[in-house]
Amino acid sequence: MPKPAKPSVKKPVGEQPENPAKLILDGAVTDNQWNLLPLGGEEEVTAENLAPGKVILPLSVWLELRDQLQERGEDIGVWLDSDETVDLIGEYAAELPLIAAHFPAFTDGRAFTVGRLLRERYGYTGEVRAVGNFIRDQLTYLTRCGFNAFAYQGDQPLERLLESTSDFTDSYQAAVDQPLPIYRRRALA
Amino acid sequence: MYRYDEQDHKLVRERVAQFRGQTERYLAGELKEEEFLPLRLQNGLYVQRLAPMLRIAVPYGLMNSAQVRRLAHITRKYDKGYAHFTTRQNVQLNWPNLEDVPDILAELAEVEMHAVQTSGNCIRNTTTDQFAGVARDELVDPRPYCELIRQWSTFHPEFAFLPRKFKIAVCGADQDRAAIRAHDIGVQIVKNDKGEVGFQVLVGGGLGRTPILGVAIRDFLPETHLLSYLEAIVRVYNQLGRRDNKFKARIKILVKAMGAEEFARRVEAEWEQIKDGADELTPEAIRWAKRFFPEPEYKSIANGHGEAVLRDHAGEDKAFARWLERNTFPHRVNGYQAVTLSTKPTGIPPGDVTDRQLEAIADLADKYSFGEIRVTHEQNVVLADVEQEKLFELWQEARKNGFATPNIGTLTDMICCPGGDYCSLANAKSIPVAEAIQRKFDDLDYLYDIGDLDLNISGCMNACGHHHIGHIGILGVDKKGEEFYQVQLGGSSNEKASLGKVLGPSFSRDEMPNTIGKILDVFVENRHPDELFIDTYNRIGLQPFKERVYAKAS
Ligand code: HEM
Ligand code: SF4
Repeated sequence: MPKPAKPSVKKPVGEQPENPAKLILDGAVTDNQWNLLPLGGEEEVTAENLAPGKVILPLSVWLELRDQLQERGEDIGVWLDSDETVDLIGEYAAELPLIAAHFPAFTDGRAFTVGRLLRERYGYTGEVRAVGNFIRDQLTYLTRCGFNAFAYQGDQPLERLLESTSDFTDSYQAAVDQPLPIYRRRALA
Repeated sequence: MYRYDEQDHKLVRERVAQFRGQTERYLAGELKEEEFLPLRLQNGLYVQRLAPMLRIAVPYGLMNSAQVRRLAHITRKYDKGYAHFTTRQNVQLNWPNLEDVPDILAELAEVEMHAVQTSGNCIRNTTTDQFAGVARDELVDPRPYCELIRQWSTFHPEFAFLPRKFKIAVCGADQDRAAIRAHDIGVQIVKNDKGEVGFQVLVGGGLGRTPILGVAIRDFLPETHLLSYLEAIVRVYNQLGRRDNKFKARIKILVKAMGAEEFARRVEAEWEQIKDGADELTPEAIRWAKRFFPEPEYKSIANGHGEAVLRDHAGEDKAFARWLERNTFPHRVNGYQAVTLSTKPTGIPPGDVTDRQLEAIADLADKYSFGEIRVTHEQNVVLADVEQEKLFELWQEARKNGFATPNIGTLTDMICCPGGDYCSLANAKSIPVAEAIQRKFDDLDYLYDIGDLDLNISGCMNACGHHHIGHIGILGVDKKGEEFYQVQLGGSSNEKASLGKVLGPSFSRDEMPNTIGKILDVFVENRHPDELFIDTYNRIGLQPFKERVYAKAS
């Protein structure tokens, strides 16, 4: 039988995400319990040399090692680079306690779609974490798109960030937080 | 027209508060320049050559008189006493102070206005036919759908950081007066053979440096699915549109690279998953939206009565007759006519109006047209529901206020971008070219003889002045630091849209009026009776124009 090809490590879209010590989870500042493995280190990652503990793997690595990591269960999360779409995880999402979406730049808005599709299409109920260069002013929309964790790496205090999670108290369209758009709610009223 | 309820008011107030906070954090150094940039753009705030520029949203071009009066007040209090109507039916202020913008937004919010998503890489103001609801060739009034699109797209959490700006236009009539083929998405309202309302959906149009006309990816989308289908298109674009190169980031490039068929296939696959979900437009939701656009309380006027009065007035006054012919538009209701107020007298930048003129527009609307005003994509103003019997009176008042230049649809009714006088991206000035052409062709008999002709001017290839889709398009170019102008012929923005072709080497500003003169000579010599410029061009092609314009003096 031919040997499986070496896991092809994908090229990162931009700067890779950092892994700050503290983050916002479900509306509160807490310690970050997870390690995040960047794309393409010195050494090829295998099921054997992967450090113990909670670790967030790049999607491409996880797709290679998924079968071998089954027993690590709750310790394995995945992060998507901004050019990776959710259908690459698809139904496997339910196996994962955490899925992160990366902002190489805050203007790269693909992660918003990742959040919505995870929650709305795949019924994902685990942690959806924003990582990378997003900014405070995006927290409202990120929350509406189903994100509940924010590993912010900018220079503003996390407490100040919390002020921006609900700039709006209502919304026009349906999203993860609102099952009916305003025009349908109004039509029923 | 649409009226805010408590939820709309609250959302807009919250937006003002949000932007006030962002501005304060920016001024305090807590928000970096590059972070503030897209936030302010999504509130319509550009920083330009001489001052910031604030673009105020006019959803599908419709305003009431109170809103127009508020604009007049704002231009006086915070700006230099004038405003500018844009080609996307919005209003622009050229000189506000950054610090004042939150206050301006608060003043706008009081009259149900805002500057949300008038700029930036998000879904922009939806535009439509300025004669919506009154045109005789209309199948279905597009405004309720525009309002639903406005609600769906406003503060859309998933689509606020798209690869590039995104523009949607809707047309409900046979003649396309909204240039839907030049938009990222064009929606044409149609009926199927069962008489059911639906939409033809076009994608991938856009001007800029790579002009492309939109192509249909669906010929009949049932009415209930409008918003889910739009959501599917924008979602596919958000995921797959290029982000590595600003000039290749528009949806037109994605559609072109992928092929319209493959793009359509992906949209349909996405749409299959969401079409019966939350975005479905239920019959109740459609009925609810239609309630905001009821028929005004038209008088019942005997057939032919209005026309008889007009014939009398026109017979007595040639100037009125001219205005009537050029600046009014047939109405589907007996005894009524729509009026276009021209913002294009010679020497005024096309689309510019003063605070006093804004107030005059509001007064005219109250007196003659149920208090409603529409902005056109040619940068003029429409009063859509005027009694024919009152047209003579209205004309006299419009004339006093400088709005009665009888040139609608003619050569001097140009679309023109702000160009080098205001815009830091410009290669050349555009306003002085417009003026020079207006001065040369000020003979009305000649203009009328030439007939309908779209002349569009942009100061650079960003194409804000739609030069690609003018019958005659003028583009400012830079040649070794000097301003020159390229001429294109044969563009068109309606249902038979086409992109203009470059005539040849560019001209200096001084040469422009004569160049246009030569082009018109070729037309006049070759035209068949009743042919318009664009018809003649389509029949004889570029060559005869080229030969004349570049002929060596002998
Ligand atoms: C003075 C400040 C302005 C600046 C800096 C500016 C900048 C730009 C740029 C860079 C583009 C190209 C975008 C692209 O191709 O993706 C563009 C397109 C456009 N602008 Fe402006 N603009 C200005 C004013 C205006 C005004 C006053 C109008 C209306 C009269 C206008 C109408 C448009 C339109 C309709 C387009 C779309 C063309 C298309 O479909 O690509 N702009 N503008
Ligand atoms: S076309 Fe060019 S010069 Fe004109 S307003 Fe747009 S960016 Fe400025």
